[in-house]
Amino acid sequence: MDFMVFQYPMITVQACLDGLLLGILFALIAYGMALQWGVMNIINIAQGDLVILGGYIAYFMYLYGIHPAWGVIVSPIIMYFIGVGIYKLVINKVVDRDLFISILATFGISILFMQLMNFAFGADVVLANSGYGTTMLFDNNVTLPNSKIFSAVISIVFAIGLVIYMKKSKLGRAIRATAQNSRAAKILGVDTEKVYAATFGINAALCGVAGALISITFTIHPYMGLPYTIRSFMIVIVAGLGNLPGVAMSGMGLGVFEEFADYILGTEFRIGAVFLLLVLILVYRRFKLSRKREYLK
Amino acid sequence: MKISRTILSFISAIVILFSTSVTSFSKVVGDKIVLGAAISLTGKYSSNGVHTQNGYNMAVDRINNMGGVKVGGKTYKFEIIYYDDESNPKRAAQLAERLISQDGVEFMLGPYSSGLTKAIAPVTEKYGVPMVEANGASRSLFTKGYKYLFAVLAPANLYLDVAIDLAVEKNNGKPVTVAMAFEQDAFSQDVRLGVLDAIKRTGSKKVIDDKLPKELNDMAATLVKVKQMKPDVLVVSGHTKGALTAIRQIAEMKVDVPMLAMTHCDAAKLSKQHGKNSQYALCASQWHKTLTYKDNFFKDGMKYAADFEKEFGYDPPYQSAESSAALLVFKDAFERANSFDQKKVRDALAATNMQTFYGNIKFAEGGQNVDKPMVLFQVMCDGSGKCENKVVAPTKWASAKLIHPIPKWSER
Repeated sequence: MDFMVFQYPMITVQACLDGLLLGILFALIAYGMALQWGVMNIINIAQGDLVILGGYIAYFMYLYGIHPAWGVIVSPIIMYFIGVGIYKLVINKVVDRDLFISILATFGISILFMQLMNFAFGADVVLANSGYGTTMLFDNNVTLPNSKIFSAVISIVFAIGLVIYMKKSKLGRAIRATAQNSRAAKILGVDTEKVYAATFGINAALCGVAGALISITFTIHPYMGLPYTIRSFMIVIVAGLGNLPGVAMSGMGLGVFEEFADYILGTEFRIGAVFLLLVLILVYRRFKLSRKREYLK
Repeated sequence: MKISRTILSFISAIVILFSTSVTSFSKVVGDKIVLGAAISLTGKYSSNGVHTQNGYNMAVDRINNMGGVKVGGKTYKFEIIYYDDESNPKRAAQLAERLISQDGVEFMLGPYSSGLTKAIAPVTEKYGVPMVEANGASRSLFTKGYKYLFAVLAPANLYLDVAIDLAVEKNNGKPVTVAMAFEQDAFSQDVRLGVLDAIKRTGSKKVIDDKLPKELNDMAATLVKVKQMKPDVLVVSGHTKGALTAIRQIAEMKVDVPMLAMTHCDAAKLSKQHGKNSQYALCASQWHKTLTYKDNFFKDGMKYAADFEKEFGYDPPYQSAESSAALLVFKDAFERANSFDQKKVRDALAATNMQTFYGNIKFAEGGQNVDKPMVLFQVMCDGSGKCENKVVAPTKWASAKLIHPIPKWSER
């Protein structure tokens, strides 16, 4: 245990800011997961692997001399089609089944993606350099890499864009209708099959954006996907489905929690702390549910 | 006509079957010495696994082309049976069993990484199969009393202790303060022990001792502490992701530290991936092409690097060089033993005392090479932003002078 983070106010500020910026990025990935969970009742274990794949797209653009920031435009477009492809190949066969089946199926996709990425891109850890500088605050005591700020801004832009799209567009309304009651939507003429494919595609596209941002701010590696899946799962569990402000809040909360866990417990327990928190929240939610004697809708 | 063709193909099938089973059921066939190796060709170690395999192949070709191995007045050639261990220790141990008990291999080359070598060593030991390995540096490999394990590389605890000595020397012999961040795998923890020994020996003080997770991609917390504590040396060891993450975040957060020492810089292609941001980083390495060790097969490091690049199209990392050296050691031992008896070859290996282009090789009781110091190189960039690794320690092999302390970010 190390409480240095509270002894120096500047470190506290640094930890909070780092956590918030990171959390916004997590929230973007979690929003995709919530969307598809809500619409299709599928928990996508391959979420993190889609993120990493999106990161590789930005990385390859960087390798070929294109600024990786363009990855936030190119990567979601490619990832959308990959998402639709996965849906057509695998997910449409499990979408009406038990939740457990879909978890198994996406777990399989996750393993397949890891191995394919390892095969195609190699096992090296890679990153894309944005060349963005650093913002110094409080007499240079707090440093914020501009790449992190860029990530947060882009994440917010995409999230807001998506909300508007869901509210205004025809497909967005169809998606929301299907989420509420797929049978009723079908009866009223919504092509749910198309809606499912689009939802999976949109989720993959969001992962693509997040991946491109991660390649700019952190590092990517074929086997680094799982922590992102766990984080988004946890954010969705806390926020509930279809609750975007909740996802954003719990994403930022998780970011700050992780940063503080990192300082206090040590970097090695960072992911461990997330897991522990997940267990605690699941236990708490179960406890709360049983007290209210509610049934899950 | 048709019948005769059928008979012919039948006979040739039998011949092929027979010949392969002969090759695989004996270690010395005709004029071939068959060595076995489980290598990570897929999975997370695949890039270094390929470096290892290229190193082995390069040496096999070279030795075979230059007259092979002379035992009992007869000339033999090396051949290697490879299996892919998928970067998985369990699989590696199974493959070692298979190589020995099914394929009849009586001499082994090591896999890539300490973890996999640890998995294989009990198997080779059980069967009394001499193994020369080139990519397992963990100290724990050499304290188990293995008799048939020989490593051409320096153990992990010697990777970065030189850096502490160097910092003390630059501080006019006075103790220094050290910040450490190490991943929690066998290798990095051994590096850590070596650094701790050096800290104790020099009377220095550790001010930060962080552990890094396997899935590391953010070490901002450690670096914030470094900014606060202002240590004289920052030591980082977390494989390639540790090196890449550290350099990225040190540059982004403008962390000023007089000396930055790490491992895996060349594997991480630091200077290529980070360019000028990686400048001044000190890196521990088993080998560097500018070292002036010599042998009859590869001449010296520069020649080895040139030949390797011609054959495989990239500059050899030390993982390839040490793998090539393993074959030179085997050849030398076979010739001195003048026999294929495993016991005799083992004893000859234990008595090895030679120089290769990769360095001097002499094994201690535990099997580690004690005659080859680690080198430290520093990433140095010229005005145009082109960066190179230059050896700065030990002074005997240095090709450039250490730049110390590292200039502050505000002055770069």
